Amino acid sequence: MNKLLEISNLSVVIAEDERVLVNDVSFAIEPGEAVGVVGESGSGKTLSALSILGLLARGLKIGSGEVKFQGDNLIQASDETLRKIRGNEIAMIYQDPMTALNPVMKLGDQLLEVLNSHENSIAKPREHVLEGLAAVGIPDPKRAFESYPHEFSGGMRQRVMIAMSLLLSPKLLIADEPTTALDVTIQRQILALVAKERRRRNMSMLWITHDLGVVANLVDRVIVMYAGRIVEVGTVKEIFNSPKHPYTVGLLASLPAADSSKDKLASIPGVPPKPWQVGDSCAFSPRCWKSEENCRSKRPELSDRSASAVACFFPEGSSR
Amino acid sequence: MRFFNRIATVLTTLFGISIFVFIVLRVIPGDTITSSLGIETGVLTPEQIQSLREYYGIDKPLIGQYLSWITSFLSGDLGFSYSTGAPVWELTKPALLVTTQLALFGTILGVMMGVAVGMFSARKPGSARDFAGQFFGLLALAIPGFVLSTTIVTVMANRFQYFPNGYEYMTPVEDLSMNLQQMLFPSLVLGIAVAAPVMRTTRSALLETVDKDFVRTAYGKGVKPRIVRLRHVLRNSLIPIVTMTGIQFGYLLGGAVIVEKIFALPGMGRQILDAINKREYATVQSSIMVFAILFVTINIVTDWVYRKVDPRIK
Repeated sequence: MNKLLEISNLSVVIAEDERVLVNDVSFAIEPGEAVGVVGESGSGKTLSALSILGLLARGLKIGSGEVKFQGDNLIQASDETLRKIRGNEIAMIYQDPMTALNPVMKLGDQLLEVLNSHENSIAKPREHVLEGLAAVGIPDPKRAFESYPHEFSGGMRQRVMIAMSLLLSPKLLIADEPTTALDVTIQRQILALVAKERRRRNMSMLWITHDLGVVANLVDRVIVMYAGRIVEVGTVKEIFNSPKHPYTVGLLASLPAADSSKDKLASIPGVPPKPWQVGDSCAFSPRCWKSEENCRSKRPELSDRSASAVACFFPEGSSR
Repeated sequence: MRFFNRIATVLTTLFGISIFVFIVLRVIPGDTITSSLGIETGVLTPEQIQSLREYYGIDKPLIGQYLSWITSFLSGDLGFSYSTGAPVWELTKPALLVTTQLALFGTILGVMMGVAVGMFSARKPGSARDFAGQFFGLLALAIPGFVLSTTIVTVMANRFQYFPNGYEYMTPVEDLSMNLQQMLFPSLVLGIAVAAPVMRTTRSALLETVDKDFVRTAYGKGVKPRIVRLRHVLRNSLIPIVTMTGIQFGYLLGGAVIVEKIFALPGMGRQILDAINKREYATVQSSIMVFAILFVTINIVTDWVYRKVDPRIK
């Protein structure tokens, strides 16, 4: 039992009418492992991540399931227990650096707040914060310390967010599409920065993205989500070289390749259904070129709960 | 440049007010003579009336009257009161102190109550506590100041034989304890009136801020909930609260007439009301100009507070 984080049968529902947004999600992260979660908007990837720290927005709640962190179920944990883990053992960086920082508080104070909120043995908090800022490539940490968020660009703010998340050397970093709101060149820098820090600290990571290309060099394993469920799990190699779920195949085909001679990018026709509208069928069946009667009347379960699995009746590479 | 624009706006506003007050006073029926002599004005001969008009200086053309008032006002001479003969500034100084103290106390009480109840309400929108908070807000809004004032006066005086306002008014310097007792109930009445809009503004501003991303970030950092509410949510909701407080404070300076009257406080409201009844043009005009200057000052202070509250405002 050496899992750092183990999520089992997690569901997220709208509190008011119990409509399901995330359904029966189970996966685990081992110490030092980096896992990517890939899916379109509305696939439930961000909600799954927010559930870990109990940060779901008002109106949403966890319907069922367990989130075990080092053996403790965080869903049952008291508010205070959860608070002590947040920012300390599990830290998070968010999608939009423009809104994720408090606009009326100096950046330095926002970073210090992490240290002040948790018991720690850091003797010189201010020095520690300045070092943290320098480590993520902030040119003038002392000035940044006294600056407000609006004085910084999006890329710089995301660096500050990363510095903030790493202050207490968390065991797990959850990154919710931290590069989506940034320019492509800045994206690369941020990705490289996170990869470097992760290796340096041997930190586990959960990286949420809609862009398979982003995670390729960053993570060990990939989880593909569709309409609130996991449809495929595998190592990066497996997912890229031999995707099994037709949806994963479609996602890969829609990636732009630098050496490609294709004029047009491939796309998957149609839009994903709302998770609560799926019922007992494969959620992808309306868009799937392989779907048969069976797919529309029964739901394929994830083949097994091991490292690589697929939820499809007719996975790629199977004899058919 | 912005600074000069600001000054120009302020001066234009004050100029407009001076003209407006001047005209309104002349438009209402009656003048200094009719209001001081009443129906006996009818027995005066035209010559007597003419000489009285000359005496009061209201025989001159309006432009001339305005110019002579505004030039002396600008040189620091606010004119004098016909009925008492005292210079207006000598009347205004103590009255201004009373009204400012009252408005200040009322605003402080109101903001404390309003923000507290607003935070209480916004903790759980739609819950019983939110309902209680909103009910308080509505009640405070619905009860007119004069009802509350007369109720307090009646109950305290009749039931408890406690009515500090029955004694002569004391300034804080003369008798601080008496002064505070005399200020307590009127400040409370005004405070409740201020609390209602402040409470509603606080509640809606908090509810808007609480869903912002940076609040989630704060929780995600493990900041204690109480600190998140104060340092992140309330702090970012302050702009509308400051605006509402500024408006209410200005409103209290001019709007405390009834409360001053009921609690027998010799404030500006009472002074202006009496002066209007006696058609003491100089007293009314000059007092209102003093108010206007205060009002404009409050606006400037409010703007300055904005900049302290939100570093993005330049």
